[in-house]
Amino acid sequence: MKSPLGTGAAAYRAVAPAADRGSGIAFDGVSVAYGGVTVLEALTLTVNPGEIVALIGPSGSGKTTALRAVAGFVQPATGRIRIGTRDVTDVPPHDRNIGMVVQNYALFPHMRVDENVAFGLRARKAASALVAARVPEALAMVGMAAYARRFPRELSGGQQQRVAIARALAIKPQVLLLDEPLSALDAQIRRSMLDELARLHRELPDLTVLYVTHDQIEALTLADRIGIMRDGKLVAFGPAQALYRHPPNRFAAEFLGRANLLPVTGLEPAADGMARVRFGDVALTARNHHALPAGDECLLCVRPHDVHVEPHADTDNTLVAVVRSIQWQGDTQSVELALGEHVLRLACPPRLTLPGIGDPLPLHFRGTQATLVPVGAALG
Amino acid sequence: MLVWSRRGRLLTFVLALALFGVLYGLPLGVIALASFAGQWNNVLPSQMTLEHYVNAFRGDSFDQLRHSLVTGCVASLVALVAGTWAALALRRARRLPARVFDAIFFIPSAVPSVSVGLGLLVAFSHKPFLLNGTVWIVLIAHFVLISAFTYGNVTAGLARLPADVEQVAESLGARPGYRLRRVTLPLLAPYLIAAFSLSFALSMGELGATVMVYPPGWVTMPVGIFALSDRGSIFDAAALTMLLAATTLLVLLGLSRIPVRGSAR
Ligand SMILES: Nc1ncnc2c1ncn2[C@@H]1O[C@H](COP(=O)(O)OP(=O)(O)OP(=O)(O)O)[C@@H](O)[C@H]1O
Ligand SMILES: [Mg+2]
Repeated sequence: MKSPLGTGAAAYRAVAPAADRGSGIAFDGVSVAYGGVTVLEALTLTVNPGEIVALIGPSGSGKTTALRAVAGFVQPATGRIRIGTRDVTDVPPHDRNIGMVVQNYALFPHMRVDENVAFGLRARKAASALVAARVPEALAMVGMAAYARRFPRELSGGQQQRVAIARALAIKPQVLLLDEPLSALDAQIRRSMLDELARLHRELPDLTVLYVTHDQIEALTLADRIGIMRDGKLVAFGPAQALYRHPPNRFAAEFLGRANLLPVTGLEPAADGMARVRFGDVALTARNHHALPAGDECLLCVRPHDVHVEPHADTDNTLVAVVRSIQWQGDTQSVELALGEHVLRLACPPRLTLPGIGDPLPLHFRGTQATLVPVGAALG
Repeated sequence: MLVWSRRGRLLTFVLALALFGVLYGLPLGVIALASFAGQWNNVLPSQMTLEHYVNAFRGDSFDQLRHSLVTGCVASLVALVAGTWAALALRRARRLPARVFDAIFFIPSAVPSVSVGLGLLVAFSHKPFLLNGTVWIVLIAHFVLISAFTYGNVTAGLARLPADVEQVAESLGARPGYRLRRVTLPLLAPYLIAAFSLSFALSMGELGATVMVYPPGWVTMPVGIFALSDRGSIFDAAALTMLLAATTLLVLLGLSRIPVRGSAR
């Protein structure tokens, strides 16, 4: 796979063909409109069998809509949706063999936990022996075996969430759709649930997961690949790490990991996929991952963690910025600096002694840890 | 809590109780007293008797009670099914058709029930709709009058169903019928019971339309009470009223004890 980062449809399709175990999800030019307003625009995206793909994006960007289209709750105006090799665009929801977990869990309040989990099996008229075997198995998988006889209202948010996952998994679905499953939980439980979801996927490696979130940490932790949505369009899609290291456009850079972006000019390609650029009259080097042509104007993207405080500024890629504010966040200090009219953020170790507000601070970053982002890809 | 001080709360409570007593208690109390009165010329009856109850148990009032109960149960049941069906069907309908339907459902409750009775009488007195003089026309009258309430109750219940549970049920493999049976209707149960109770109570007390359409063989209790008080047998009418009220109350109490599992959060 050469560049998985392009935003062209061809790049999305250039994924490994479906293995024979598990089934993937394929959106092919899917558009959804509500009352004449298009909220999902020609979405083309493939989730490989056994893969976790996270869709992230700001509120209202169409993430849930995309998920609901897979589940069959909204009918696409154009385009096709496939699960495995089957075109499900016109298949009713109950026949799609999907496990779904929604934001508020939507447990059946009138059924006990085990009845909730058994629901899908009973709806499919599974033999009672199978139900009796599968329900405890699913509950054990999410650590809720002890709560089988409770009603949902007698459970905490995190416990309800586990039951919702067990209910979705009990039918052994081909694909699992998760819509912001952790957003109703507090930060601590969210982190441990995140670990559990990762463990769950290690136990069920064939399960294909489409995970919607607006939390980039969740996406980066869980997903093999990440799609970034904005205003109903997919503006970036690729492996999580690659997308983080080499965002294809400004929006992706800012949304995933709050990158520092500096407008630079006079691009000169150099050896080893690097390039020289100018920020004002300062010469800088960075990776030219997207192979931008000579003379181009573009953005230099460097993550806050990759900017270092350099008291002996004698290397390349040195800048002097003025400290605007310092926030101590426990395990890091977040420093905001002014660089001319631009703002630069850096994260540094908590014990590092920093100059006061308004003082100049020499900074340094490695050229290999900075990347050039095309400015023309408009999407920013 | 709107009133904080202890004294204030006590005062409010006493005031509310007094108001409640005057508005609800007094008329009922007077009827209850009248049902035991032998003679009543002063502020209070001068003589108490069980005679009116004996009359009630001796006369054809049991038939009347039976007619009322059958009418109430059948009409409420049919109205419940029809109202639920309509509410479910119109749930996903567009704004305008739903509004029009709402209006049609509610018109009968907005006009005098006598007019509804008159309308039915005229409408069903000719072939091919010749129902005049049958029990059916009574049932239809009651159905028309109470269906708006079942429809309204169920619509309100549908709007308050927990979000997404029905769609999750579908994605778990439930066909529409299964989903309706196992998810939608059980979650609606409190509203269905409330709808049935309300329409049953309304039907038990219905007079205006019934008086216009009832056949000689199907005198309901309110019609009987009306006939008695028209003849001046006020105390007998009061005894029948007490009987009707007690029966209705018993049924409503029974309905309120139907267990509803782990209702919506
Ligand atoms: N039933 C609906 N009717 C009309 N418009 C809708 C409907 N559902 C969603 N929309 C609109 O579609 C757009 C996309 O909504 P969607 O729920 O997919 O966003 P989202 O990315 O999931 O946002 P969030 O992160 O807030 O959940 C929004 O502008 C929303 O207002
Ligand atoms: Mg959403």
